Amino acid sequence: MTESTEVFDADSHVKAAEIIGRYPESRSALLPLLHLVQSVQGYVSQEGITFCAEQLDLSEAEVSAVATFYTMYKRRPCGEHLVSVCTNTLCAAMGGDAIYAKLAEHLGENGTPLGHEQTAGTPGETGSITLEHAECLAACDLAPVLQVNYEYFDNQTEQSAVELVDALRKGERPQPTRGAPLTDLKSVELQLAGFFPDEEQFTTDVDGPSAAEETLRGARLAQERGWVAPAMRDEEANHG
Amino acid sequence: MADPITPVLTKRWLSPNSWRLSTYEQLEGYTAVKKALKKPQEQIVALIKDAGLRGRGGAGFPAGVKWSFMPQNEDKPHYLVINADEGEPGTCKDIPLMMADPHSLIEGCIIASYAIRAHHCFIYVRGEVLHCIRRLQAAVREAYDAGYLGKDILGSGFDLDIVVHAGAGAYICGEETALLDSLEGRRGQPRLKPPFPAAAGLYAKPTTVNNVETIASVPFIVNGGSDWFREMGSEKSPGPKIYSVSGHVERPGQYEAPLGTTLRELLELAGGMKDGVPLKFWTPGGSSTPLLTADHLDVPLDFEGAAEAGSMLGTTAIMVFNETVSVPWAVMKWTQFYEHESCGKCTPCREGTFWLAQVLERMVEGRGTEEDIDTMLDVCDNILGRSFCALGDGAVSPIESGIKYFRDEFLALCEDNKAKQSEPELVGTTA
Amino acid sequence: MTIAPEETETEVPEGHVKLVVDGEEVIAPQGELLIRTAERLGTVIPRFCDHPLLDPAGACRQCLVEVEMNGRPMPKPQASCTITVADGMVVKTQRTSSVAEKAQEGVMELLLINHPLDCPICDKGGECPLQNQAMAHGRSTSRFVDTKRTFPKPLPISSQVLLDRERCVLCQRCTRFSEQIAGDPFIELLERGVHQQIGTAETADVLDMASKTSSGKPFQSYFAGNTIQICPVGALTSAQYRFRSRPFDLVSSPSVCEHCSSGCAMRTDFRRGKVMRRLAGDDPDVNEEWLCDKGRFAFRYATAKDRIRKPLVRDDSGELVEASWTEALRRAADALVAARDGNGAGVLTGGRLTLEDAYAYGKFARIALRSNDIDFRARPHSAEELDFLAASVVTTTPEHVSYASIERAPAVLCVAFEPEDESPIVFLRLRKAARDKGTKVFHIGQWTTTSVRKTFGELLACPPGGEAAAVDGIADHAKDLDAALSSEGAVVLVGDRAAEVPGLFAAVTRLAERTGARVAWVPRRAGDRAALEAGAVPTLLPGGAPVTDADARRAAETSWGLDASTLPAEPGRDTAAMLAAAASGELDALVVAGVDPDDLPDPAAARDALAMAGFVLSLEMRPSAVTEHADVVLPIAPVDEKTGTFVDWEGRERPFTVTLDGTGALPDCRVLDTLAVEMDADLFTQTARSAYADYDRTRAGTGTRRAADAVTATATATETPDGTVRLATWRQLIDNASLQVEEPHMADTARRPVLRLSRGTAERHGVTAGEQATISTERGALTLPVEFADLPDDVVWAPARSPESIRSALGAGHGASVTLSGGAR
Repeated sequence: MTESTEVFDADSHVKAAEIIGRYPESRSALLPLLHLVQSVQGYVSQEGITFCAEQLDLSEAEVSAVATFYTMYKRRPCGEHLVSVCTNTLCAAMGGDAIYAKLAEHLGENGTPLGHEQTAGTPGETGSITLEHAECLAACDLAPVLQVNYEYFDNQTEQSAVELVDALRKGERPQPTRGAPLTDLKSVELQLAGFFPDEEQFTTDVDGPSAAEETLRGARLAQERGWVAPAMRDEEANHG
Repeated sequence: MADPITPVLTKRWLSPNSWRLSTYEQLEGYTAVKKALKKPQEQIVALIKDAGLRGRGGAGFPAGVKWSFMPQNEDKPHYLVINADEGEPGTCKDIPLMMADPHSLIEGCIIASYAIRAHHCFIYVRGEVLHCIRRLQAAVREAYDAGYLGKDILGSGFDLDIVVHAGAGAYICGEETALLDSLEGRRGQPRLKPPFPAAAGLYAKPTTVNNVETIASVPFIVNGGSDWFREMGSEKSPGPKIYSVSGHVERPGQYEAPLGTTLRELLELAGGMKDGVPLKFWTPGGSSTPLLTADHLDVPLDFEGAAEAGSMLGTTAIMVFNETVSVPWAVMKWTQFYEHESCGKCTPCREGTFWLAQVLERMVEGRGTEEDIDTMLDVCDNILGRSFCALGDGAVSPIESGIKYFRDEFLALCEDNKAKQSEPELVGTTA
Repeated sequence: MTIAPEETETEVPEGHVKLVVDGEEVIAPQGELLIRTAERLGTVIPRFCDHPLLDPAGACRQCLVEVEMNGRPMPKPQASCTITVADGMVVKTQRTSSVAEKAQEGVMELLLINHPLDCPICDKGGECPLQNQAMAHGRSTSRFVDTKRTFPKPLPISSQVLLDRERCVLCQRCTRFSEQIAGDPFIELLERGVHQQIGTAETADVLDMASKTSSGKPFQSYFAGNTIQICPVGALTSAQYRFRSRPFDLVSSPSVCEHCSSGCAMRTDFRRGKVMRRLAGDDPDVNEEWLCDKGRFAFRYATAKDRIRKPLVRDDSGELVEASWTEALRRAADALVAARDGNGAGVLTGGRLTLEDAYAYGKFARIALRSNDIDFRARPHSAEELDFLAASVVTTTPEHVSYASIERAPAVLCVAFEPEDESPIVFLRLRKAARDKGTKVFHIGQWTTTSVRKTFGELLACPPGGEAAAVDGIADHAKDLDAALSSEGAVVLVGDRAAEVPGLFAAVTRLAERTGARVAWVPRRAGDRAALEAGAVPTLLPGGAPVTDADARRAAETSWGLDASTLPAEPGRDTAAMLAAAASGELDALVVAGVDPDDLPDPAAARDALAMAGFVLSLEMRPSAVTEHADVVLPIAPVDEKTGTFVDWEGRERPFTVTLDGTGALPDCRVLDTLAVEMDADLFTQTARSAYADYDRTRAGTGTRRAADAVTATATATETPDGTVRLATWRQLIDNASLQVEEPHMADTARRPVLRLSRGTAERHGVTAGEQATISTERGALTLPVEFADLPDDVVWAPARSPESIRSALGAGHGASVTLSGGAR
């Protein structure tokens, strides 16, 4: 009944209480709590489910129902990094399918490609990588895209993707096209639970690049051509 | 006549550190909220109604009308929930907006919350966009520190708290009632309507759910007025809109143009088809909006124009595919997406997408039959309008429109199959 | 040319609307779901997820119809299970709309693409809504030629319920029942999309899950069996019934549950003289469509190998040996006549009796034994209780308090009553009232039990034994409760355990008088209320008149054809007094029926009394602690093999007829009738029907005279000596009761016996959570695992059976002081 306390220490309990405090009704804390669980274990385990159930006075079945619904909750131990390749239609057409196939083959062993949500290396160890194909990652103008720990690597090719995972395997942490400097999956899960690093690191993270050339194309084109939205009239003329 | 590109939501994006409060404040940020908080709530609602601001999340429901459904009293807590679960394939407007200019959303949230008498606002962001969550979180902190959030905002007596809530990977949570269930810590499955969220939404309390782009537009309307807003776009679809152009064009990207802009115009802005390879098919607003073809280059991309052309405006996610892309393959990929994202609640969507994906996979592998095409269309007919929410309807869009415009391509796959089948079996092959 | 018929505008009553369904005008109450309106018109719209007692879901989409509002057709077909009727609505079902018909066929086809074609080996085959509706609304062939989704075949989700995920159509009736009705969300939807499935925390595909079983993780619910019954396919089956029978081989008989005073209507299905299963009957006034697992699954005690089928007499060597009825009755009659003419004989009956049987025992005591020494209370009891029953309970009917009045009540107070364990259907109604109607439920007890939690209730905690003081303190210390109880329709439910707390019945009576709340007594056993009505008590005649009332006695004598003044006028002994008298030789014989000494206040003393009694006649189904000491044992029929009437806690008569006819087993009333003849007395209880007629005539004669005696008793303040703790206890629903034998699948769903106490109490007494602790008295000790709960300081709760009887182990019960220590003794 209390196995979860062995895995989830006092700090986890404090954080859980803080998460619960954010919401008018405690159950709303379940999604962030499951992210918190992943920040501790790197995946959602039985102990993690028990932990959430205890925090929220839910049955373990209720927590399991939620944990198994969402794709970001992994139910097997994951690698240090999670590599998500968009293989939705547009990215796929632009090369995403080929990138995914290439990475699966490249990270596989003995000629067997690495499967969806399988891990190359020993889960949790430096350089270990869990590979997945992902649905649309909302960066279609930058297709094909992939993410490492939910940070964007845009306009990928098979070659750039292989270089990326090779670097990760070696323990390196290449800078994402858009996003904060890479950490690891557990660290970002803590952020998804709403806990960010200290002020200085947080500022660095926040200031990580966000706008790709593509993002700004419309605005830049308008600037170049002198196109603007109609001018707002005097405040007095405003409605009301 | 407005300019071809009308940067409103995107106008601050070029500024250095556009996401910071200081930048925002230098560029008229938080001026609208100061005006709004001095006006009666009803006046804000009327302004948004007059502006004709329609929901930017896909359905196009008038935002002001939605707000007016909220009770005028505060017998129960009211909630504003921002749908930032951007996941419709092809759609990539809200995330760059929130990354580049998070304060515009927050200012919109304050004004909208005030108008609907909410003191608690949740921004539900899909979990996979960590950097966006980070930027929002930082912006919310800055706004609290500057007194734009919290108690007695700007001395107005109005209190508001905003919580940034990360999702966990489920396309269906973009459906507003599924989003509410998810925000309540449940499986993201759509709810029965009625009751509608304005009557019983989050925690069964009056709730308004609005898309990011919709709410981010609000401060501009407050500052510019409804007439200004209506200088862009069409009578029934006023305002600027971020068109996300992706795929086989020379310069994919975000183009904020008046509603009603055509694909021809957008292609011009985006430098035309990539390498000059001709256009084959495209979506006006994500994969759930029926495909269009080169015949539809001059369709005005507003709510009415897209509907007249047999599609929908959706999220103005323009995915452009050239002649190198197989329609049955693309349709199969999208169908696999809907199968993966079907929540499982209702039979037509759950079972139907499973069936259709298998048929399409078989066809693409060259094992389809002509009969499969009819079966698929009939199964689509049994899903469309029969499923619990709009996901099922969206799932059949690519199939029905794909077959409508490119039946020959599907037939060709079947012909190949027939050809294979008619090859005489070699003696001994069955031994 | 036709003449237009005269227009007659149908009057629409208040709160109703007028609509058109398939061209037929119909008036329907506002808020009615279209699917029900159509059903009232005789049009059955196919459905799976819809269930009238569950919140609408609209999930399966099988019930789509075309709807037109204000002359405008709605663009999409509507789920008739979620849309309510409206004025001017025009509805076309599959009967008149090709759109609706196609939509229904389409959904049916989709439901079947992944459904296995294993009907020939499926328990549900032959009574399967999917099968039936597929025949009526489906296509004859499937266009689906690809690969079906498959799952490994059945998965036990508890020891009693098996889940076949392939057959499941994901209607979510089971999960909705468990969450909404039972409040046991241990079965849930897992995964999503086409992989979505029903499951438990144990079946979820989460690493390590399958290998671990921590507490309460399987589908542990007292109501799990209902999910099997409402499953519209063969996805949920019971371990008990699986592969035993085909529905079309079964004969169904309406029946009434014998396990508690809820009074549930049931359907008993049997084949070739053997009961195969029991299902909930549909009785909106009582159990609606639900049944607890005990009622559903516990019936094989009647076919236990050791069932006594022939009379037994004790031979010279002291062994019970089979004997003829003639010999056994002769032996019993002789001994009882001798006893009657000597110091006398007493009658102890237990909780399993029907009204007719209890009546026969009462009449037997008064006529054949010429004594008022009869008591049905085979459990702790008191004179205060008898006064309360006489003053406030006997002859009350559902007009006084009923299931419906619970549902309507603004507030319900439960006293000495743990509804989920002691009357599960009352519990379900309390939960429904609280969940759907806003009824406030209050519980006077020791900790936040499942009943408190699942009725959204408020606990007024008091130490065990302190309940009377707590009730008296409501006026001063719980003003909101006091106000709620003073409002129209408020109800107080008091359990039979109140007899364990001196002064509690008196306090409850005072509370009711002061607030106007209506009091209902909810005994735990099925037979208790009938026994009270039938006069199987030392102080009351059938119909509730006191034995001390000369007019009432005269009326009974007339009814029974006795000479005047032949009925004893002095109140008889109660259970404890009879046992004491038998032990001391003040009584020469005991007639015992359905009594388990372990339930008595002092089991050891009861056993001694049975051993020492001059003569013991036992009327029993199976060997027991009583037959061990019996001189003669007469076999009697279980409920399946007899006709009779239970009276539920409301005072509602629940008649039932024989399910298994011609087994030769005799009901108690018949055996007693014959025995009485041997003793030269006529009971006129040869059959249940004649017994009932005799009872009915007699109670009419004695009138409904209530004892006017005030219920008085004062709470005795019991000291808790230093170092001891106070014991709270009651029986859990599923334990080792004699009617629960032979049901291993059900037994495994019992709640784990634990000692409950607060962390503070544990610390003070050196007790650690998860480990064992021991409670003890001078008599003995009981060791159980520990669980923490919000009990008051220095209070410990233990189940009354764990499986050992707590009274046997400790010689102590609720409210007693016991010593607590960590570890095993």
